[in-house]
Amino acid sequence: MGRLWWLFFLAWPIVAVGWSWAAPSQGWWFPTAAMSPLGAEIDNLFYLILVIVSIVFVATNAALAYVIWRFSRPQEGKGWFFHGSHNLEVLWTIAPAGILLFISLYQLDVWARFRIKRNADQQAMLQPIAEVTARQFEWRIRYPAPDRKFKNEKEVEDWLKNPRPDDLHTVNDLHVPTGRNVAIHLRSEDVLHSFFLPDLRVKQDAVPGLVIPVWFEANASKNYELVCAELCGWGHYKMKGRVVAQQEPEFRQYLQELAIHQFDDGVSKADGDQQDSQGEDE
Amino acid sequence: MSTLHPSAPEASGHGHDDHGHHGHHDPGFIKKYIFSTDHKIIGIQFLITTLLLLMVGGALALGVRWQLAFPWQAMPIAGKLFAAEGGQISPEFYTMLFTMHATVMIFLVIIPVLAGAFGNFLIPLMIGADDMAFPTLNMLSYWFMWPAIFAFGLSFFFGGGPAAGWTSYPLLSVLPQAAPGSGTAQTFWLIGVTLVGVSSMMGSVNYMTTIINMRAPGLTLFRMPMTIWGMFVTAILQAFALPVLTAAGFMQLCDRVLGTCFFIPAGLVVNNAAPTVGGGQVLLWQHLFWFYSHPAVYIMVLPAMGMVSDMICCFSRKPLFGYKPMVYSIAAIAGLGFIVWGHHMFISGMNPALGMTFMISTMMIALPSAIKVFNWIGTMWGGRIQFTTAMLNSIAFVSMFIVGGLSGIFMAAVPVDIYFHDTYFIVAHFHYVLFGATLFGVFGGIHYWFPKMFGRMMNERLGKLHFVITFIAFNGTFFPMHLLGIAGMPRRIADPYNYGYLEHLLPLNQFMTYSAIVMGFAQFLLLGNFFYSMFYGKKVGRNPWNANGLEWTAPSPPGHGNFETLPIVYRGPYEYASPLTEKDYLMQTEFVPLPKRPAGEAQPGPQHA
Repeated sequence: MGRLWWLFFLAWPIVAVGWSWAAPSQGWWFPTAAMSPLGAEIDNLFYLILVIVSIVFVATNAALAYVIWRFSRPQEGKGWFFHGSHNLEVLWTIAPAGILLFISLYQLDVWARFRIKRNADQQAMLQPIAEVTARQFEWRIRYPAPDRKFKNEKEVEDWLKNPRPDDLHTVNDLHVPTGRNVAIHLRSEDVLHSFFLPDLRVKQDAVPGLVIPVWFEANASKNYELVCAELCGWGHYKMKGRVVAQQEPEFRQYLQELAIHQFDDGVSKADGDQQDSQGEDE
Repeated sequence: MSTLHPSAPEASGHGHDDHGHHGHHDPGFIKKYIFSTDHKIIGIQFLITTLLLLMVGGALALGVRWQLAFPWQAMPIAGKLFAAEGGQISPEFYTMLFTMHATVMIFLVIIPVLAGAFGNFLIPLMIGADDMAFPTLNMLSYWFMWPAIFAFGLSFFFGGGPAAGWTSYPLLSVLPQAAPGSGTAQTFWLIGVTLVGVSSMMGSVNYMTTIINMRAPGLTLFRMPMTIWGMFVTAILQAFALPVLTAAGFMQLCDRVLGTCFFIPAGLVVNNAAPTVGGGQVLLWQHLFWFYSHPAVYIMVLPAMGMVSDMICCFSRKPLFGYKPMVYSIAAIAGLGFIVWGHHMFISGMNPALGMTFMISTMMIALPSAIKVFNWIGTMWGGRIQFTTAMLNSIAFVSMFIVGGLSGIFMAAVPVDIYFHDTYFIVAHFHYVLFGATLFGVFGGIHYWFPKMFGRMMNERLGKLHFVITFIAFNGTFFPMHLLGIAGMPRRIADPYNYGYLEHLLPLNQFMTYSAIVMGFAQFLLLGNFFYSMFYGKKVGRNPWNANGLEWTAPSPPGHGNFETLPIVYRGPYEYASPLTEKDYLMQTEFVPLPKRPAGEAQPGPQHA
């Protein structure tokens, strides 16, 4: 092969770029366009980094291939005797530092808006959709009673600590209203799990002993896959759920039906059940 | 020998005069080749052990790849022997496979092959010492590997083996009822990790002492080869980070065995057992673990960076570009390496505000890495490149390290990491660093220093064949993992096709598995070449590559005590193409009188870095 090694080292970045270029058409890319505002921001940031990184990748590999090609040709005499260049070192220290700093500062805002609790939609935080409890190997969902209104944060905390008889329960099937911020409270009953909604670009570990608020917004009414993304034991692979985003009225209706279904004792009239159970509770 | 007291008796208690080639009693086979205190033998012991364990780790990886390409289908050959139910890989077997693959590769291959094999073999030779500062400690550091290997091996026989991931996150790893592999197997795993840690720590102490105290006269710190800088900084990193892992390991062991609750919160019902008591914190483990294991990532790459710098320089026949920036970059990577551990925990439930600081420190650690890449390219610039197997592997190191470094930026960015965390993107990233960079560096190092180890050359043709196949198959295996990650495929999932949005990734996974099989079998070429050349390779003299380092002034292989006479060092190791001599290399020990300057002329000649 001799001097043709530069081709070898040039070929692979070309293949890599071509491969990545073709990837979206082959389905080797994001499962869908982001279905949430957070997701859209994440995708934008991803593409920003992708552009920068691709330029650097192509440039450094081209430089590498060029150097290999240029300086493996038979030449007279010895190599150039020099020990470096102060100016170049300064240049290629400051330039990447600037770019890296820009990338990191540019990310902060999105992170702050979507992860710092103070910046969350307070309306949504005060009316959590559900508590999601992960356990080996399922997602247990507890909704507050459909007409339940929390007055302040303390009441939410109280609800998280003390389940109430009028709470509604499902497994692996979380319904949320479309088009507005929703908050859930994530916890784990046994080991670590992670609440991952690929289409919405939402991921948060469920940590035993902690209750972690997660807020997100689904743009479109459809079913989203819910994946466990943190190793949780032998059945980790099958810890699958779904999140169903629905328009507000349908979501309300779903909760009503869930209540009817849950409190149906086969004797009482279905539509009165919920009032009854609340009455009993008080 | 100390720079200051070249004739002071060394720590082993041997008088200095005993060393050298003459007058040494024959220690007998067992003391010479098995319980040897000679750093070279210990290095070679480490090298052969880790090469064999590389095959074990690779076999475990092929099990993982088999399941991802052909889910629930009977695995040929190995399936019959190990997996349950007629050769099918069960989900708990799968979790064990990736756990032990990572464990073997990280704790028993990458860390010991760099520090244990190359560190041991090269440090005394490259600094002109006759052995390590503490030869017996050195021997123990090798022999403590075996109880560790034994403990890991034993763990396979309990509940199918440890299966909590190499990160061993509680509570999966702490409560025996959490998983079949979380019983006795996990206890043995912890013992194994602790013993590996003991071995590493003994090595670290030795390397630091040796490098600080036993450099040959004239070998100032800034005349040390980059390999030694890499080893030195690694030893420091290891010495400061490892105690945290050891302590954390003991805490986990106590939680498991003695009923403490460092990591166990109260009131959890795991697998229908009685609720847990205690007030521990699950996240505490993650902090402690990554406080070691992130620096460990640099422990797994810095020595290779040093070795590659030496090889690129030698086969470019030109001085290293920017020696001091290279040294400072290594130091910066090590320093920053201590304050980036939180980037493994962006979505762990840690305070999100911390995510911001960890993001900035993580982004900044990319900077010294970038500087190193530019300097490697600068080193080749203006050189006379020779495509030896060692050089090809070194270029591959640079090329793959670029990918591994750049893909890290995606995950350092906190918002983007929300999506990419725990997907195959991260698997791609660290394989590009640990295999693409480190292992190619190691392959290069094996070919480069083999003549010094055995006095014979490895077969270049076979070496190149191994390189080409490994390089292509490596990229075929790991490059698509980036795409799987972008497609949202989580890692550690036994059957990703259980999810609708991942179903179409099966053909890509099959392609990757075929590549991985080719890559795995290609390693037999390396092993074959290694063992064949050990006995039948072409015999060579002291300096087959015309390199500058001190190790090349010793005989090949060096006898006990390494050097016939104490080497005296006149310059750094990178004076290739020097105008002071006719040859295109100028050894560190070679005295060349400086040319006489006509009076009044400005200072010409080489500027020394």
